[in-house]
Amino acid sequence: MDLYLPIANLSVNALVIVLLGGGVGLLSGMLGVGGGFLTTPLLIVYGIPPTVAAASAASQVTGASVSGVFAHWRRGGVDTKMGGVLVAGGIAGSIAGAQIFRLLQAIGQIDLVIGVVYVVMLGWIGWMMASESIRAIAVARGHLKPRPRKRRHHPLVAALPLRTRFYKSGLYISPLAPLLLGFGVGILTILLGVGGGFVLVPACVYLLGMATQTVVGTSLFQTLFVTAVATMVHATTTKAVDIVLAALLLLGSVAGAQVGARFASRIKPEYLRLGLAIVVLLIGARVLLGLVWRPEAIFTVELA
Amino acid sequence: MIRPALLLLFAPLLLGQAKPVLVPDVSQREVQIAYSFTGAELLLFGAILYPGGRPPPGEEPAEIVVVVKGPTQSILVREKEKVAGIWVNAERLRYRSAPSFYAIASSRPIRTLVDERSRAIYELGLDSLQLSPASAATSDVEERFERGLVELRERSGLYYEAPGAVEVTGGVLYRARVTVPARVPVGRFTAETFLIRHGRVLAAAVRDIDVRKSGFERFVARAADRSAVLYGLTAVALSVLFGWVAGVIARRI
Repeated sequence: MDLYLPIANLSVNALVIVLLGGGVGLLSGMLGVGGGFLTTPLLIVYGIPPTVAAASAASQVTGASVSGVFAHWRRGGVDTKMGGVLVAGGIAGSIAGAQIFRLLQAIGQIDLVIGVVYVVMLGWIGWMMASESIRAIAVARGHLKPRPRKRRHHPLVAALPLRTRFYKSGLYISPLAPLLLGFGVGILTILLGVGGGFVLVPACVYLLGMATQTVVGTSLFQTLFVTAVATMVHATTTKAVDIVLAALLLLGSVAGAQVGARFASRIKPEYLRLGLAIVVLLIGARVLLGLVWRPEAIFTVELA
Repeated sequence: MIRPALLLLFAPLLLGQAKPVLVPDVSQREVQIAYSFTGAELLLFGAILYPGGRPPPGEEPAEIVVVVKGPTQSILVREKEKVAGIWVNAERLRYRSAPSFYAIASSRPIRTLVDERSRAIYELGLDSLQLSPASAATSDVEERFERGLVELRERSGLYYEAPGAVEVTGGVLYRARVTVPARVPVGRFTAETFLIRHGRVLAAAVRDIDVRKSGFERFVARAADRSAVLYGLTAVALSVLFGWVAGVIARRI
């Protein structure tokens, strides 16, 4: 079933896009991430212009995070104070990100930067998660003794001034730390069209030392608002948000996310984390290959 | 499909002239892009009006070449180069007016029909496009970029040559089919028809074709451009609604 995308200016097979959204949604529901880091590269491989892909994937992540935020909210798993600080940083970051995006586009290196950032981020996070989850599996099977878990924030975070209490997260730290973290994730959201959950969750745990029961809910809270802002930024600056493409992706991904969430409750979390780590590393390897392999098209055309 | 009435209309014209005249037409003066648009097939047809109503006996038959061009664009072409193991954009060249779409249909390969000079004048053939680079570059760099651009657009079906796509019936009627892929930009397309004999262009005629978005597609494209804030808010509202409804449904099941 062919459908014409009015902003991307090409016709796609609607069923393929819905299934793509569904597959990403399934993974995101299972693993608790937005899935933007999968959608954008997959859309580019399908032939959608990179800017349109990044801009439209952001709105898909918004949709995928809504039901998650509600679910965590009912359970009291959202720290709104922490979330608010992260969102404030995220909004500033996405506005700064838009400037960086434009600058890189002008000098023609946006695709390179997107690729390199993907490889570095995915490789690093994938590696961290893989080693952590393998250790957890070994502990669960009794091969290894559990390491005493010390929930503490990074010394650099402790050194920042203006400390305040975040009751739900069980923290007494400076709001500057989550503000900066939110800022960085905001830049990533604009550049890569990702929600940033795959960066934010480990950062909240390992850098801030947040209580684990509020990490995912608060991260989703931040993702919801920052991707919404990112969609607005794209709509007003690059004008590359394709609402038809977004609707197709949403249709698949919100359904897939619900199925995935049910699936997830039957699997042990450390195996899920290992699964996510493998997916993340594979995507990173694929992007790396795209950077070093001789590209199919040496020449590229853009409107000037 | 030319009616006798039309012939009568052109009869006074024919009397004074020794040169043949082309009467071209297009199956569609307007191509509407709607939700199901996957490209269009244009039928370009017409008649060659010779003085006397028929091809002069004893002469070899004239050939027809049809060129369909999309609106010109100002583009920037970049060339990737391997730097420290990674492919990065290195050199670039700007073109002021490159056609967004170019298809040439002829009854025989264009290189056997017209000499190089006429090909360059009338832009007949993919190697004779007048791309007019805006930035200065040496001729071999220009040539490399031009070949790269043409190859890239050939691959996506935006530029192509179709030798043998023109059919001439009885020496006076011709028809050609040209397919326009879905990824063309909107705007004014031109269909040029050339009558060629002995390597020279005897007659030429142009018809315009408007390609534009219609209905919902036109509405969306216009909304995204003119009321960006409202459009962005709609996109956000849509995604929140989708996510929320899915969550509600999932809890009921």
